[in-house]
Amino acid sequence: MRIRSPELPTYALVLFLWLIGAPVHATLDIEIFGGGATQIPIAIVPFAAEEKLNQGITPVVAADLQRSGLFRLVDPAGLAPHEPVEVVYSEWINRGAGALVIGSTTALPGGQVAVRVRLLDVAKQVQLATYTETVPAGQLRAAAHRIADLIYEKLTGDVGVFSTRIAYVVKDGKKYALQVADADGFNAQPVIEYTEPIISPAWSPDGKQLAYVSFENKKPVVYVQTLATRTRKAVANFRGSNSAPAWSPDGKRLAVVLSLMSGSQIFLINADGSGLQRLTQSSGIDTEPSFSPDGQSIIFTSDRGGSPQIYRMQITGRPSGMAERLTFEGSYNVSPDYSRDGKSFTFIHRNGDKFNVATQDLATRQVQLLTDSKFDESPSFAPNGRIILYATEVKGRGILSAVSSDGKTRQQLSTQAGDVREPAWGPLPRLQ
Amino acid sequence: MKKIFGVLLISLLAACASTKQPAAEVEDKSAGTQSTESSTKGAETTAYPTLNPLTDPNNILSKRSVYFDFDSYVVKDEYRSLVQAHAQYLRDNGNARVLLQGNADERGSREYNLALGQRRADAVRNAMTLSGAKESQIESVSLGEEKPRATGHDESSWAENRRTDIRHQGE
Repeated sequence: MRIRSPELPTYALVLFLWLIGAPVHATLDIEIFGGGATQIPIAIVPFAAEEKLNQGITPVVAADLQRSGLFRLVDPAGLAPHEPVEVVYSEWINRGAGALVIGSTTALPGGQVAVRVRLLDVAKQVQLATYTETVPAGQLRAAAHRIADLIYEKLTGDVGVFSTRIAYVVKDGKKYALQVADADGFNAQPVIEYTEPIISPAWSPDGKQLAYVSFENKKPVVYVQTLATRTRKAVANFRGSNSAPAWSPDGKRLAVVLSLMSGSQIFLINADGSGLQRLTQSSGIDTEPSFSPDGQSIIFTSDRGGSPQIYRMQITGRPSGMAERLTFEGSYNVSPDYSRDGKSFTFIHRNGDKFNVATQDLATRQVQLLTDSKFDESPSFAPNGRIILYATEVKGRGILSAVSSDGKTRQQLSTQAGDVREPAWGPLPRLQ
Repeated sequence: MKKIFGVLLISLLAACASTKQPAAEVEDKSAGTQSTESSTKGAETTAYPTLNPLTDPNNILSKRSVYFDFDSYVVKDEYRSLVQAHAQYLRDNGNARVLLQGNADERGSREYNLALGQRRADAVRNAMTLSGAKESQIESVSLGEEKPRATGHDESSWAENRRTDIRHQGE
């Protein structure tokens, strides 16, 4: 079935925006509530000549690793080796360090900085990894995140997510801003600012575009905006409401929720706004689609059984009313997000009068409740599946928070001003 | 499962049938322009100082909000006359258009609440088409929990925000 928009030509207008170039100064502060039982003790020695740089590297690396909940920082005070030959391992054993990070920086002509890093195993007294990079002085934070990723990967065997970005919405007074920041909350940039609500940002799989829902035209409309060029396009602006965009894993299509036919139903549409196809067919509400990593199915929220629950359906190319119910505990399970390995999903479970983040294993159906706050919303998996970013409320103000997928480590991210909501964790950066 | 699907299918067909209820066509070419041309040029039209019925506080058409019970999208009896009056206005003014904006209270998922608001807007739309307005005159949309009229976090604020607003074209 193909349907043309009655209101918008298929080749929708590309809008140039009233966008602001200046970075947002409010950064996200991170607080750690607790830690896992088996943290890796690591000492990070300030790099040679680092103090001459405008932006330190080792403080960023240390904060990243600490924030993951998997590391415990060992104070290097009084010891300052920069080369392996300068390391006296017994001194680090005495301090309880299991791993040691040393390195140097060299300012080069033209504003470039050469960074050289070594990761050492203190017990085995061997070098685990080396890393060298020459970067413009303005990109030292990004280099620091890459170093943290390398250390994380070498010591945990898992992919690091410190070089990824997050998107979220800040409401400040009557202003709404969709922002993109580094995963540590720094370097926040506005994507769009408006005096009407913005919800449901969704990253394209290549991290170059954001889909979102804007209410600037008296009703919800789905836009796709290219971050680099700041151009955007209304990809779903049909009669009725348009919302809940989710990208297919190949980045070619979006699942969207439209009230075009009858009620709120899930449709597929090409990323350029063409080729509309109905996906679900129920008399109830079908919304909040999330693709499986193989792109063959979606999970979504539906009240077809009387209360909102999470269902899964295969994408066959034809509209279908058939779907498998996945959640059975409680009368309100919403906002599913598929993990990148396809083995589980995270969602919001109403628990009495609380709304909490939970995960469910798709094979065993086992549900794990990860939070006990009052109003949690919009859970979003990190690309490595180890952390879930979500919106919650503290003293009446919306903030972002993150919880490890085992529920053992929780962190609060907060801005100085405004209500923060609707977080979405971006993809891993593509290898160059 | 099949049985449930069958029931859903029947109710879906019933829903489709009800929305396609043919509007009682009324030939009326003169009435449509009245409201837009009145009231602004007060000096010239003293012979007929007609108020815009949509904004005249004594006219039921100036009332624009239909409220709903918790977790409900049934248009309550107390709003029947209000909805019918707007439907009648649409019948009488073939060029008139309305935007129905459904709303929900703040509890729970934003996207699910958007869908709940849509149901409340659709319920008013269906009541209007049953009263003779044409479907092409009505667009029902949802603002979900995003534009609360009452900003408190208590039952009275939530009740205020469970509603559909009727906005006539140009408003």
